[in-house]
Amino acid sequence: MSAEAVHAEHGLEQHVGVQYSTIEQQNESYIVGMWTFLVTEIMFFGALFLALTIYRSLYPAEFSEAHHRLDKFLGTVNTFILLSSSFSMALAVRYAQLGQRKGLIAMLLVTVLFAAGFLGVKSIEYGTKFEHHLFPGPSFDFNYEEREKQGIAEGGMAARGEEQAAVAGPIGLETNRTTGPVLEDRKQMFFVLYFAMTGLHAIHVLIGMVVMLVIILLAAIDHPAVRDYIPIEMAGLYWHFVDIVWIFLFPLLYLIGH
Amino acid sequence: MPEEASTYAGPYDLLFLALTILTVVFTFLVLGFLIFLAIRYRRGARVDRSRPISHDIRLELTWSIIPLLLGLGVFAWAAVLFPSVYRPPANAEEIFVIGKQWMWHIQHPNGIRENNELHVPTGRPFKLTMISQDVIHSFFIPAFRVKRDVIPGRYTTAWFQATKPGKYHIFCAEYCGTNHSEMTGYVYVLTPEDYQRWVENNGPSGEAPGSTAVLTMAEAGHQLYTQLACGTCHDPDALNRGPLLEGIYGTQGKLPNGQPAPVDNTYIREWLLNPSERLSQKYQQSMPSYKGQLTEFQILQLAAYIQSLRPGGAQPPPTAPSTPQRRRRGGNAAPIAAGGSQPAAAQSPQTTLTGAAGATTPAGAQATNTGNQNGSNNR
Amino acid sequence: MAATTVEPGALRERRTALHENYLNVKHTVASWLLTIDHKRIAVLYLVSISFFFVIGAAAAGMVRAELTSHNGLFLTNEGYNKAFTIHGIIMVFFFLVPAIPATLGNFLIPLMIGAKDLAFPRLNLLSWYLYISGGVLALSALFLGGVDTGWTFYTPYSSIYSNTNVVIMILGIFLAGFSSIATGMNFIVTIHKMRAPGMTWFRLPLFVWAHYATSLIMILGTPVVAITLLLVVVERTLHLGIFDPALGGDPVLFQHLFWFYSHPAVYIMIVPGMGVVSEIMACFSRKRVFGYTFVAFSSIAIAVLGFFVWGHHLFVTSQSMYSSMVFSILSFLVAIPSAIKVFNWTATVYKGRIWFTAPMLYAMGFIGLFTIGGLTGLYLASLAIDVHLTDTYFVIAHFHYVMVGGQIMAYLGGVHFWWPKISGRTYPEGIAMLAAVVTFIGFNLTFFPQFVMGYQGMPRRYHIYAEEFQFYHILSTAGATVLGVGYAMPAFYLLWSLRYGKLATANPWGAVGLEWMTPSPPPTHNFEDTPTVTWEAYAYRSDVEEEAQADRESMPGLGEAVEEEAELDRREGRTPPEFGGAPAGD
Repeated sequence: MSAEAVHAEHGLEQHVGVQYSTIEQQNESYIVGMWTFLVTEIMFFGALFLALTIYRSLYPAEFSEAHHRLDKFLGTVNTFILLSSSFSMALAVRYAQLGQRKGLIAMLLVTVLFAAGFLGVKSIEYGTKFEHHLFPGPSFDFNYEEREKQGIAEGGMAARGEEQAAVAGPIGLETNRTTGPVLEDRKQMFFVLYFAMTGLHAIHVLIGMVVMLVIILLAAIDHPAVRDYIPIEMAGLYWHFVDIVWIFLFPLLYLIGH
Repeated sequence: MPEEASTYAGPYDLLFLALTILTVVFTFLVLGFLIFLAIRYRRGARVDRSRPISHDIRLELTWSIIPLLLGLGVFAWAAVLFPSVYRPPANAEEIFVIGKQWMWHIQHPNGIRENNELHVPTGRPFKLTMISQDVIHSFFIPAFRVKRDVIPGRYTTAWFQATKPGKYHIFCAEYCGTNHSEMTGYVYVLTPEDYQRWVENNGPSGEAPGSTAVLTMAEAGHQLYTQLACGTCHDPDALNRGPLLEGIYGTQGKLPNGQPAPVDNTYIREWLLNPSERLSQKYQQSMPSYKGQLTEFQILQLAAYIQSLRPGGAQPPPTAPSTPQRRRRGGNAAPIAAGGSQPAAAQSPQTTLTGAAGATTPAGAQATNTGNQNGSNNR
Repeated sequence: MAATTVEPGALRERRTALHENYLNVKHTVASWLLTIDHKRIAVLYLVSISFFFVIGAAAAGMVRAELTSHNGLFLTNEGYNKAFTIHGIIMVFFFLVPAIPATLGNFLIPLMIGAKDLAFPRLNLLSWYLYISGGVLALSALFLGGVDTGWTFYTPYSSIYSNTNVVIMILGIFLAGFSSIATGMNFIVTIHKMRAPGMTWFRLPLFVWAHYATSLIMILGTPVVAITLLLVVVERTLHLGIFDPALGGDPVLFQHLFWFYSHPAVYIMIVPGMGVVSEIMACFSRKRVFGYTFVAFSSIAIAVLGFFVWGHHLFVTSQSMYSSMVFSILSFLVAIPSAIKVFNWTATVYKGRIWFTAPMLYAMGFIGLFTIGGLTGLYLASLAIDVHLTDTYFVIAHFHYVMVGGQIMAYLGGVHFWWPKISGRTYPEGIAMLAAVVTFIGFNLTFFPQFVMGYQGMPRRYHIYAEEFQFYHILSTAGATVLGVGYAMPAFYLLWSLRYGKLATANPWGAVGLEWMTPSPPPTHNFEDTPTVTWEAYAYRSDVEEEAQADRESMPGLGEAVEEEAELDRREGRTPPEFGGAPAGD
C-alpha cells in the first residue's frame, strides 16, 4: 500500500515541506534517506567485522578457545529478546499507519522494555567478564577462572610474572602445570574485538531506546511531528538494522567454533 | 639524478626515465592542445566554427585505449622489476637491523655491531632482516633505491647488492615521532679488500677480544642459552621435556591448529614470546614465555644459535621456497673472517650443547635486560 | 515562471536596493544560525571553510619557513612535527573534503536541478554544526598543545607512543566525518528525488553528476575511517589494543582500514573540482562539454574504482607481493577515467568561442596541473618505482599538484564563476585574472622542486635534513610566498566587491543552466514555480537570431531577464550577451 494511500485511508495528517511538491516525494525522500544512512552504518560496523574475520583466520585456535568463555545461553536469550523487540517495533509501525496512538505508544513501550532487557543481560555478561579478568588490559588473565577454582592466589600480570620467573630456568620440574601462568595475547585480542563490537552494538541499542522514548513522549502529547507514520517507519528501519547486526554478531562471536 | 650504487639502481632509473618521458610528452600534448585551441578559437577570431562536434565515440575509445595500453605497459615493466627488489636471492648474506626511536642498531652475524652505520662490501648480495622495538620505522637507502618498513612484532626483509664504494645516506622513511628526522645514518660501501680489513678490526671500536662485542651472534646466542638454562628442557639428556634443537632450523614445524609453518626466525621469535600459542599440545603448558625478558637482539642471537646447530656441520637441508635462506655454514666463524678474530673459546656446534658448565662469563647485563619490548608497558 | 520580479521601471533603483533575496530577507544572527535555506548554509560553510583554510595555510607557512634552514630555525623537532600534522589535518578534513561540496554543492545543486531546497534542509544545518563542533575540538587540541602523529595517525605511534592530544583531535575529525556523511546523504536523496520535471539524468549538469559520485564515496568510505580512528581512541583510553603488536595485533591493519577511506577521500576532494571545471569549460567555450556521457560516467567510474586501490599506500609495508600487483594494476585503471575527462575538456575548446576570464584561467590551470599531478601518480602506482619514491617529497609534490594545483584552483574558479550568483556582485576581472596567474606561477615554483628532491631521496616529514637539499627547499619556500600572495588577492577583492562591486545581473556570463535563470542573488525559495526542463544540458547555440528566439520562447521568463539585463548593460555602456550566444564584445 503506497504511503499516499495509507495516509488517505486512515486520515493521517501530513505536513509537506516547502521544498517538496508532493507528499509522495517527501515520503519517498525520507525513506531513501534512511536507507542511505543504514548503508553508512553497515560500513561503520563492517570495518569491525573485517578485523574479526582477519584475526580469526590468523589465530583460529586461540579465538576458538577464547570464544568458549562466552555465555551461549545468555547470548541466545538476548537474540530472542531482540527478535521479539523487532516484532513489537513492526507492530508499532503498523499502529502508526492505522493512526492508533494508544497502540503505537504501547508497542513502543514494549520495544523499549525489550531493549532494556537486552542491555540488562549484556551488563550481566560484561559483569561476569570483568570478574573473571577477561576484560583486555593489564588485568587480563585468561586462566583466572580456573585458577580460582583451584584456589590459587589472585593477581594480575605482576603476580603471574613472579610465578613465571619461578618457573623459568633450571627448576624445570615445576613447569608441568595444566594452568600455567602464560601470556594469552591472542585470546586477549578476541576479547578486544568482543567488547568493541558488542559495545558498539549496545551503544546503538541505547540510541534506539532514546529515539523510541522521544517518540513515545511526543505521541503522548499528540505532537504533530509524530501524527504521521513516516517517522516511526524510519525508527523501525533503524531498529531492524540494529537487530540484524546482532543476528550476525551472535553466531560469529558466540557460536562458530572453528 | 641521485647516485646509483646498487645493482637495482640502474634498472630503476631506466624505468623512471621512461615514465618521465611519458609524463612530459603527455603534459605537453594536453597543455599544447589546450592553449593552442583556446587561442585559435578565442572569441573574436575569424575561424571556421561550423559543425562543432559534441561527442565522437571513436575518439573517446582512441584516447581511452591508447593511454590504457601505455599504462598497462608501464605497470607490467614495473611489476616485473618489482620481485627483483622484493625477494632476496638465495645466496644473500643476512644482516640484522633493529629500529628504535630514534636510531638504527645493526648486527652482523660475525658479531660486529654498528649504530646508525652499515659497512658492506661491493659485489655481494645482503639481506636485511629487520624489526622494530617500538613504532613503525622504514629503512631507506636512496642510493640503492631500496626501502622497506620496519615493523614491531614481525620481521621484514630488504636486500641489495652494492656496486660502488662510497658513503651514502640511510634515512628513516616512516614518521616515528619527535626525532624522526634525525634517525639517519650512513652506509659505507667498501671494496672487498677494505671490507676485510674493516672486519678484522672488528668495526670502528676495535674492542678487545673476550668481550661480548666480538662474539658472533651464534656464540652470543649460545651464551644466552646457557644463562637461561634452556638446556634443562632442550638438551639431549633433558628427558624429552622439550624438543631437540639440533637441525630444527629450516624444517617444517606445525602450529597448534595443524597448519605447517617453517622453523625460521619468525617461528622462533613467536616460540620464545608466545609459546602457549605456538607450540603443539605436548609442550604447550610447559614452556614459559620470555616476553619482557629478551630484547629483539637477544632473540635474533638465540635464533642464530639455533640455526647453527646442524648435526655434524653438514650442509643445511634443501629448503622449500617459502622458507628463508640459509647461509652456507660449516661452523660458527663469520664467512670471510680470515681467522684470528674469534676468541679461542669458540667451539664447534656439538660441544656447545654439553658445554654449559664451561660457558665464558657473560656480561651480566645482557640476559636480564628487560628491553623496551613490544611497547605494552610504554603508554 | 518569472526569473525575476523586478519591473523595468525599477531599474534606476537597482544600484541601491536589491530585490528581496536570500541574503537580505532577514538580518538577525538567529536567522543565519538557525537557517534552513541551503544557500545561507552554503555561505556559513564558505566563511568557516575559509577560516580553517587560513589556519591550515598558516601552518604551511610555518613549515615552509622552517625548512629554509636544513637544521632548524625557530621550531623544535616536536614543534615542527605538530606544524605539519595540523597542516595536514586541517587541510584534508576541514578544508579539502568539504570545500566544494559544502559551499558550491550546497548552494547550486537545488538550483541546478530546479528544486527549492535540498531534500533535508535541517540535516543540512546539522551537518554545518557537526562541522563546526569538529572544528572547535580540533582547535582545542591545537591550543592544548597540538598533535604530532601526522594526519595519517599511523599506529602504534598514535595509539600508544604519542604524548599529544590525539583523542581530542580524533574526536574533532570524527564529527567532521559525520558532517560529510550528512552532506552526502542529502545530495544523494536530493539528486534522486528532487529533480524538476524534464530534468532527466542525462540533462543534469556535469557538476551534479560529479557531486552524486562524490556523495557515494562519502557515505561508503567515511564510516570506515570513523570507526578506525575511534579504535585508536579506544586503544589510547581503554587500552583495548586492536593494533597493538603486544596482543598479536597488526599495526599495518590500521593502515589498511585508514587508507580504505583515505584513498577514496582524495576522490571526494577532486571529483567536485572536476564538476566545476566542466561547468566553466562549457560556459567559456560557449559549447556543450565534449563527450557528456563519457564525462558523466567517468565520475561514477572514479568513485567505484577508487575503492579498490588503497593498497598502493602499503607497497613497502611487506604486504604480499601479489596483492600489491593487484592494487597496482587497479591504480593504473583508475587513472583512465580522469584522463578521459582531461581529453574531453580539451576537445570542448575545439570550435568553441573562448572567453578568457578568471574562472577560465583557473579551469585551464586545473587541467594542466591536474595532468601533471595525475601522471606523477602513475610513478607511485608503479610497484618498482614506488619503493624508492614512497615517503619522500615526490609523494608530497604529487598530492599537492592534484589537491592544490587541481582542487583549490577549481574551487577558486568556481567561487569566481558563481560569485555574482551567490553575492549579487561582480568582482574586478583584471585583478582576478592576475591573481590566477600569480597563483599558477607560485604553485609551480613551490612544488615542482619537490619532485626533484623526492627523487634525490629527501624523505617527508623531516625537520632536520641533509644539506644537499637546502637549495630546493629555499626555492620551494620562495614559491610558497608567491602562492600566498596569489591566495590573498581574492580574499581582498572578493570581500571588497561585496560592498563596492558592480551589481550583478541574473546571467552575467550568458551561461546555460537553471541557476542562471534566477536573479542574482536568488530569492529564498529559488523558483516561484518549479520549472519544466525541455532543453539539453549546455544547450549553447550559435548566435543565429531564430535559434536565439526559439531559446527565449522555450525558456519562459528568460526574455524578460535578457531584456532587463540588456537595459542595465546599455545604461552602463556595455553590449549584453545573447543568452547562449556570443558574449559581450564579440
